[in-house]
Amino acid sequence: MSKVYSDAKDALDGILFDNMTIMAGGFGLCGIPENLIIALRDSGVSGISAISNNAGVDDFGLGLLLQTRQIKKMVSSYVGENKEFERQYLAEELELEFNPQGTLAERIRAGGAGIPGFYTKTGVGTLVAEGKEHKDFDGETYIMETGLTADVSIVKAWKGDKEGNLIFRKTARNFNPMMATAGKVTVAEVEELVETGELDPDQIHTMGIFVQRIIISKGLEKRIEQLTTRQREGA
Amino acid sequence: MAWTREDMARRAAKELVNGYYVNLGIGIPTLVANFIPDGVDVTLQSENGMLGMGPFPYEGEADPDLINAGKQTITELNRTSYFSSSDSFGMIRGGHIDLSILGAMQVSEEGDLANWMIPGKMVKGMGGAMDLVAGVKKVVVIMDHNARDGSAKFIKKCTLPLTGVRVVDMIISDVGVFLINDDGATLIELAPGISIDDARSRTEAEFNVTKNL
Repeated sequence: MSKVYSDAKDALDGILFDNMTIMAGGFGLCGIPENLIIALRDSGVSGISAISNNAGVDDFGLGLLLQTRQIKKMVSSYVGENKEFERQYLAEELELEFNPQGTLAERIRAGGAGIPGFYTKTGVGTLVAEGKEHKDFDGETYIMETGLTADVSIVKAWKGDKEGNLIFRKTARNFNPMMATAGKVTVAEVEELVETGELDPDQIHTMGIFVQRIIISKGLEKRIEQLTTRQREGA
Repeated sequence: MAWTREDMARRAAKELVNGYYVNLGIGIPTLVANFIPDGVDVTLQSENGMLGMGPFPYEGEADPDLINAGKQTITELNRTSYFSSSDSFGMIRGGHIDLSILGAMQVSEEGDLANWMIPGKMVKGMGGAMDLVAGVKKVVVIMDHNARDGSAKFIKKCTLPLTGVRVVDMIISDVGVFLINDDGATLIELAPGISIDDARSRTEAEFNVTKNL
């Protein structure tokens, strides 16, 4: 059975339902599955619990799903770039669970690896530790955090093959590899889809076993949040 | 003649040691990269998944796939490596990063740090700050010594939600430099034109003063 779908709408067909949990890869707007987010919006699915490091900006990335009120709850580490998010949260229209970024990354990694919980020093003595099991190891206190999984993970890679093997590019990798492992169904969009066998097996970041559906990204915007440059010397 | 932001960044750069792996936070800490002393070679980590961060790109050469944790476009160096967020925080939480320099809203005399939340007002999130202060070997805070309303930020006990408990090793502010360890806080340097009395009047925390000041 082929993993290759014609477009984002086709790739999400039959796997979406109201009140589902979705993981979405990316850091800020870098390495986000743009086509799949738009298809998710157009599907009209509602009550989404979204696990994603950030919430996009008001008119791009997951911000698109906040505009349409399709997201019920966000699990994130930083949402400072999204004013609509802040407004919905302060008006109690949106549930929010902040996780330290490393804890979020490790919870997703653990979820994908079948590890239900782990201990970490991060957050001990803070709001994050409230209600969590504390345990001492070698005289240091740690808190227990649980693994995370999702009904569907949507990820973005640079190159992929028809088996679903993925290669990421530069800092667009971020949360995508762990999320690919933690989705019951993982859908990947790639800039370039090649024939099986064309990728160097030694260079593959995410193995095809974790990817059930794959599409070619179309019309990527790849928006830059903070364009910072320097002057050429002597210019 | 208190220290400016650039002065604070320049002073913080003196904490860099040859061979260190360093994570710089957003804001004034980012400026530290401009003042790395000659002969000191450090590798900058960006927690979104990069070791060996280079300068900003030349105009027209920005790559949307290459950003730092502040979402600014940057460049790579010949030593650069890229990795996932879980590998990145494995480095941080596993104690492999030597120094983290970050900003603060409040620091207590025992080294507690608050820098991520003002209840009911600011909802941004902690990002990687809690992981950094829990895992990095040495934590240096750069901050304005007082808030905009003049209130003290270096205080007996933090009133804002904490980022970490007993995690700050050093504060560099416009007033001077404070060390924090098991013996408490100690003022070790003063900015030009600032007296010990000035420092005391602008600080709520208890601190000792090093002998040679």
